[in-house]
Amino acid sequence: METALETHDLTVTYHKRPVLYGIDVSVPEGSLVGIVGPNGAGKSTLIKSIMGVVPSSGGWVKVFGKPLKENLHRVGYVPQRESVDWDFPVTVMDVALMGTYGRLGLFRRPGKVEKQKAKEALEKVGMLPYANRQIGNLSGGQQQRVFLARALAQDSDLYLMDEPFAGVDAATEAAIIELLKEMRERGKTVLVVHHDLQSASEYFDKLLLLNMRLVAFGDVKEVFTPELLQKTYGGRLTILSEVADRAAKF
Amino acid sequence: MDFLGLLDFLIPATGAGKAILAAILLGAGSGLLGSFVVLRRMALMGDAISHAVLPGVVAGLIYSPERSPLFIFLCAAAAGILGAGLVRALMATTRLKSDTALGIVLAFFFAFGIMWQSRNQESTAGVMNFLFGNIGAINADDLRMMMVATVLLCTVVFILKRPLLVLSFDEGFSRGLGYPVRILNAVFYFLLTFSVVVALQAVGVVLVSAMLITPAAAAYLLTDRFGKMLVLSMAFGIFSGVVGGVVSANVNGMPTGPVITLAATAVFAVTYFCAPQHGVLAKLFRKMSRRRRVRRENTLKAIYQIQEAGGFSHEDVSLIELARKRRNTEDHARKECAELLRHGFVELSSDGHAVSLTTPGWKRAMEMVRNHRLWELYLTNEANYADDHVHEDAEKIEHILGSNTVKQLEQDLDFPELDPHGKPIPQPQLVAPPIA
Repeated sequence: METALETHDLTVTYHKRPVLYGIDVSVPEGSLVGIVGPNGAGKSTLIKSIMGVVPSSGGWVKVFGKPLKENLHRVGYVPQRESVDWDFPVTVMDVALMGTYGRLGLFRRPGKVEKQKAKEALEKVGMLPYANRQIGNLSGGQQQRVFLARALAQDSDLYLMDEPFAGVDAATEAAIIELLKEMRERGKTVLVVHHDLQSASEYFDKLLLLNMRLVAFGDVKEVFTPELLQKTYGGRLTILSEVADRAAKF
Repeated sequence: MDFLGLLDFLIPATGAGKAILAAILLGAGSGLLGSFVVLRRMALMGDAISHAVLPGVVAGLIYSPERSPLFIFLCAAAAGILGAGLVRALMATTRLKSDTALGIVLAFFFAFGIMWQSRNQESTAGVMNFLFGNIGAINADDLRMMMVATVLLCTVVFILKRPLLVLSFDEGFSRGLGYPVRILNAVFYFLLTFSVVVALQAVGVVLVSAMLITPAAAAYLLTDRFGKMLVLSMAFGIFSGVVGGVVSANVNGMPTGPVITLAATAVFAVTYFCAPQHGVLAKLFRKMSRRRRVRRENTLKAIYQIQEAGGFSHEDVSLIELARKRRNTEDHARKECAELLRHGFVELSSDGHAVSLTTPGWKRAMEMVRNHRLWELYLTNEANYADDHVHEDAEKIEHILGSNTVKQLEQDLDFPELDPHGKPIPQPQLVAPPIA
């Protein structure tokens, strides 16, 4: 099986303070991965640095065997819902359509094919009836569905999702996990930043345990163990953050 | 400057004509860019750039004895871009946030420009026109510059409209799309500076940022569509420019910049009050009509409850009874019933002292009572509220439950017949009214 995502020694510093240390991970194609860890563990930072949204200070990222830049069109990114202004004067359809812009480049306009794609994506997440609504008039769960539709319209092979379950209703959560499993069936690789440890073991095939460094990565039954979870959530990493503080002041 | 001569047929001969053309150009350019400024919450950035151009203007006046508009334009634009770059540099190298960095840069450039100008009074004689704007001083050379810059600006925005939109909405996502975010941002700052410089001679350094912010803000209150916002914002910019230009050209002692700004503010004030969705009057009106509906529904519910207490044996409910139930005067009850009468929910008895519900009235009353009791049951059964704590909440919720939520509630509660207090839950969709 091909490797969908590979990072080597990926390191991120924020104002000289390291927030992620040397992440080495290799995710096989077709896996549904939950990224879990305590607050401040760098979960969002990990996928942001993979996407190049925050600059990494060391290491590299490969997507399907090539540097990210060459395979960017095969990657779909779903940022946190709070990261955008939902009063923005765009409709649900406009946002879904944005998913197709990557393939269009800077200058080409979306045509019939793109509109059809966006429609299908909205249909899939149950948001087609809302296509002409301004995005501010939606509930939190509906907004998250719109973000997912935008990602689906990208038609990528690897998806990185930042807390898609945050602040959504139970029905949306169930619908999203159903969608993720269906994507996996179609051979897509999906990495999901997830907050809730309890459901993480049910939702995903593989878990990536993170606390500023990679604690473990593997099948749920292998890594969902008391020792590894203690290592992820326990107080063992105080030295790491202390050193990070010193490095920042250096 | 030869090819610019080709534009001469577009330039009006009269001073008033020139002023109007200048107003149209500056209104269009700053209205267009202003939409992005407002949506990206960069209002202060517009202000900083406009103040930062002053040293450039002064340099242009000093070093170009023949006052070439192109030279002044380029100096001003360079200073503006330098200012924007300095803001970003301050943010990147310290922990200062954007508003502070902008404040520092704005004040520094403006102070420096004023000082420099004061030391070169003779060669910078026209600087007041740049500080406070004077549309009457704009000549054919200036207009040529403004035309070229505005056309360039509109063309670039038109071509890059979609990438700029995505970038403004979701910068992280636009990186993921492979957009050259740095370059796009740089292009945006260039365009922003150009639009500031185009408007400079008419509106002046001090107020030019108003042309970026106020027309776009008015457009933002009027529409939820991006394309419409761009068009409206340009239209408002042009309108205020023309009004301000004409007034200041024809009335003595009316400086152009302030008059244009006041005109733009007037447009904003109108939309603030009258915008159909986001205007304050529309909001107030919606709130009042919601209140009236709640009052109607509460009266209907009271009539139903009186009927229910009487075992649905009387056709009429007297106004005195209703007033007692609503804890109010008979006069008040009469007013409430008059309102129900207008909506066809009740009929008045022949002596005028009692009312009876019509079929629509029964239906609506049953819906309200059903919503109330369903919600009480839901809170006690599913959310573990004590049954003496649920009434207050249900009083509010009964008015906002949609039909889908009601269906969901009925399903979740397994189509209940009694509420937590043992009272029957009406079924307006199935059962005919007790008395028709």
